[in-house]
Amino acid sequence: MGKISNQAVLQKLTERFGSAVSIPSEPFGLLTFETGKEHIIDVLTFLKEDPELKFNYLTDITGIHYPEKELPIGVIYHLHSLYNNVRVRIKVFLEERNPVIPTAVNLWKGANWMERETYDFFGIVFEGHPDLRRILNVDEMTVFPMRKEFPLEDPNRADKKDFFFGR
Amino acid sequence: MQIKRTFSLEDKLMNHPAIKSSEQLQDTMTLNLGPTHPATHGVFQNVLEMDGERIVSGVSTIGYIHRAFEKIAEHRPYYQITPLTDRLNYCSSPINNMGWHMTVEKMLGIQTPKRVDYLRVIVMELARITDHLICNGILGVDTGAFSGFLYLMQEREHIYEIYEEICGARLTTNIGRIGGFERDFNDIAFAKLRKFLKNFPPVLKEFENLFDRNRIFIERTAGVAAVDAETALQYSWSGPILRACGVDYDVRVNEPYSSYEDFDFDIPVGTNGDVYDRYMVRNEEMWQSLRIIEQALEKVEKEPKGVFAADVPEYYLPPKEEVYNNMEALIYHFKIVMGEIDAPKTEVYHCVEGGNGELGFYLVSDGGRTPFRLHFRRPSFINYQMYAPMSRGMLLSDAIINMSSLNVIAGELDA
Amino acid sequence: MSDIKLAEAPPGIEGSGFFATSFEKVIALARSHSLWPLPFATSCCGIEFMATMGAHYDLARFGSERPSFSPRQADMLLVMGTIAKKMGPVLRQVYIQMAEPRWVVAVGACAASGGIFDSYSVLQGIDEIIPVDVYVPGCPPRPEAILSGVLKLQELVRNEPLRRRNTPEYKELLAKYGIQ
Repeated sequence: MGKISNQAVLQKLTERFGSAVSIPSEPFGLLTFETGKEHIIDVLTFLKEDPELKFNYLTDITGIHYPEKELPIGVIYHLHSLYNNVRVRIKVFLEERNPVIPTAVNLWKGANWMERETYDFFGIVFEGHPDLRRILNVDEMTVFPMRKEFPLEDPNRADKKDFFFGR
Repeated sequence: MQIKRTFSLEDKLMNHPAIKSSEQLQDTMTLNLGPTHPATHGVFQNVLEMDGERIVSGVSTIGYIHRAFEKIAEHRPYYQITPLTDRLNYCSSPINNMGWHMTVEKMLGIQTPKRVDYLRVIVMELARITDHLICNGILGVDTGAFSGFLYLMQEREHIYEIYEEICGARLTTNIGRIGGFERDFNDIAFAKLRKFLKNFPPVLKEFENLFDRNRIFIERTAGVAAVDAETALQYSWSGPILRACGVDYDVRVNEPYSSYEDFDFDIPVGTNGDVYDRYMVRNEEMWQSLRIIEQALEKVEKEPKGVFAADVPEYYLPPKEEVYNNMEALIYHFKIVMGEIDAPKTEVYHCVEGGNGELGFYLVSDGGRTPFRLHFRRPSFINYQMYAPMSRGMLLSDAIINMSSLNVIAGELDA
Repeated sequence: MSDIKLAEAPPGIEGSGFFATSFEKVIALARSHSLWPLPFATSCCGIEFMATMGAHYDLARFGSERPSFSPRQADMLLVMGTIAKKMGPVLRQVYIQMAEPRWVVAVGACAASGGIFDSYSVLQGIDEIIPVDVYVPGCPPRPEAILSGVLKLQELVRNEPLRRRNTPEYKELLAKYGIQ
């Protein structure tokens, strides 16, 4: 069980995918790169099934919203290779009006609830997901709460006096 | 003349006028294992289709205690997020606190002194013991044996007393600060720790004697809900339940944090991945935690006394005497309390070994006083998604034991 | 010499072999010393309740010997922990299913007022959906505080009329919440 360096991982990725793998960086030693939604399933499959890399553990899938960017909504995957003890972070950015990305459920069954949570909070539709519906919030909710424009507090509260809170 | 013979129950039902077809008899019953559980595990719902006593299929519904931690964290300065992390896995809140502090320290580039690391290890291992005490105690309650739980709750009281000496609170501890601790452990805390290390092993041994070779317990738990390593990794399991399946993945060993590499401990690994293995792995982990705490106490003795925080006045509140006398200290104090610390524009992912598995913190900062995005990788949430597929074909009583052995804490499930 | 205190007998007329007092007082005394709780534990306060139920801070010595998870067999509903908006209807249903006489204790800051979670998904206090008798502050409250809350509830129960459910104030209170 050796440890592959981030450089080796990045090199294999760029050999295979070329410019689809862009903006590599290593914040705090964790290899991070961006890719497009057309390539993401190929990238994930390659990382999982390559006999040298063997990223067999999906740590997490989550989302992020940068309101000023051109492609504001992002999906962030964290993968972990238990054989080589190396992690990688993959970011995919999508447009705001209709964020669609293929699902990773066929690769890791554990992606099921992670993608449901990301859909619940950001509205990202995962194509091919067997059961994409809200998981944590109330089923009747029509908005996606983690987007930046959604307020934290319940706007319908009658008993909180703004005067005392400095508003 | 036709002689009426004795009908079987099935015959009686088949000829009853209300029964229209034989398919109706084979219909499943819908059982709502609702949010208000008798088994006090927390608020999550399972709607099960039952064929008699056997579960045909199930659908899990969670979110009944969704408190929007991630949204709240975007509006709070870094030190105000610590009480939020407390309430994730509230059975072992110091681990969450320490994990959060280590994430922020990683981002800010703060290096904590060794003594702080060892004190943190003591607190985290105590928290791990409390988490496993609750899980194994409740597993006993679910199989019907209530007294083991009462013994273990008494031990939790002793650990609560140690927490009270260190930080003042029992359950949701809010221990520590970014850079270390708020005050040093006093002599009473160390005395209570030593007393705990002396008095706890016999109680744990007694608890093990009640359950380990108990024929009823073994028949209820051995072979129930066995999971193989490949499926567990597919579902991103981590923690004691993954180790019970045979995969020796422990974040403390893979990526040591807080000087765990200086300690000598074993990772218990099971073979079958069934409920009995999970129970045994948790028990053995408690013994290993005791071993780690003993080593940590020895190591703390060797370090220079009185060091309980890193020397970073920009992020750690300076002592009050300096604030009243020194201009820089006053400015630092003001900046820290207002939350205006200089955070870099970066992202960091840090994980610790929580009571249930890999507890990860993904922090994206845009240089402001609050995080831009904070995501908790919660082990209970990810471990629990396998529950509904796993309970297909199980008896209902086995499914209850299975849920209890997964140690799903509702606060961590919904966040 | 034991230091167990017996409950005070209500005022009444005593004689050889009989004791006459008001029905209301005797029943109130009996009710207050046998409040069977329904632990509606959702989060951290639930763990403190488990500590209260344990051997160290025994809740059973105050009469709450049998915690019931069935609302129909419980007297007091201990709501412990944050109630999210998704859980609100469930809590209301449990309260409606409880048989009279019933009392509600809101344990913890989250049940009393939403606690530290001032967010879109948390109910800011259970008194938005059900009437509450005693609020126990704390995050989580110490077991002594929970016991103090139960004792205050006992005080309340001891001074209550026999058929509270028929009084106009009670009916008005329930109508405000839209219950029956």
